[in-house]
Amino acid sequence: MTGGVTARAALGYIRPGQMHIFANPARFLRLARPLTGWFGWGGALLIAAGLIWGLFVAPPDYLQGDTVRIIYIHVPAAWLGMAGWAGIAVASLMQMVWRHPLAAVAARSLALPGAVFTFICLATGSLWGRPAWGTWWEWDGRMTSMLVLLFLYIGFIGLADAERERGGEGRLSAIFGLVGAINLPVIHYSVLWWRTLHQGQSIGLTRSSIDGSMLWPLFVSAAGFTFLFGAIVLMRMRTALARQKVEARLRRMAA
Amino acid sequence: MTHWPFILGAYGVALVGTLGLTGWTFAAMRQAERAVDALKDER
Repeated sequence: MTGGVTARAALGYIRPGQMHIFANPARFLRLARPLTGWFGWGGALLIAAGLIWGLFVAPPDYLQGDTVRIIYIHVPAAWLGMAGWAGIAVASLMQMVWRHPLAAVAARSLALPGAVFTFICLATGSLWGRPAWGTWWEWDGRMTSMLVLLFLYIGFIGLADAERERGGEGRLSAIFGLVGAINLPVIHYSVLWWRTLHQGQSIGLTRSSIDGSMLWPLFVSAAGFTFLFGAIVLMRMRTALARQKVEARLRRMAA
Repeated sequence: MTHWPFILGAYGVALVGTLGLTGWTFAAMRQAERAVDALKDER
């Protein structure tokens, strides 16, 4: 392909081996600009639909009553907290192996939204735990490993900023991003390895123990938060690329 | 125990966090891209 990345290309006409074309920041921006709006507004609409459905239409749980409605924000926040770090790990690998020029920008752009959603997961979980379990916090496997994820995000943000200020390539933060991914299976399997307060896995790939009347608004809400997360990451990548461009131009003008 | 204060608190934390992050990110992006446009105009 010689021209810009077209919508046709974005919709699947690119083979996995050709993904390197997105390494070009100009091509990336041509795709990112329209996608930011679609993801942002699409995500906002889905979130509104999912939360209204979950708050006012979905039934209360037979055991927990209305507190189960916290699931429509708690589960998407948990999913995005983990997905954010999975994205950092993939971007870190791309940076280490292929020296993809956008990989470090992507990893840095994922970190803050990932940290915010991990915090939202912990805070909403605490607000759910008080009426459901009678406690705001318990040092069980799931909650502790999510707290560790929040600390990993804070560490990554600090390390990546420090490296960038020193003019480094971001290799240290890439290593940190890869090593930190060890925590993801710990979070996932924590409810199986350590049986404490947090409930076990209730949503699987093939079946779920949650009734459809609660599961569908959860899917809508999770899809909405995921699209909005994508829009936030794209905006942060556009910001970083614009700042790099300004810095480079100012350096050229000063020379 | 009344559950709704906990539910509203959780939704409040999530909405303030999400809207705050989105608004701040959008404002930073606009500011950075305007700076690029301003440098282009100077040339």
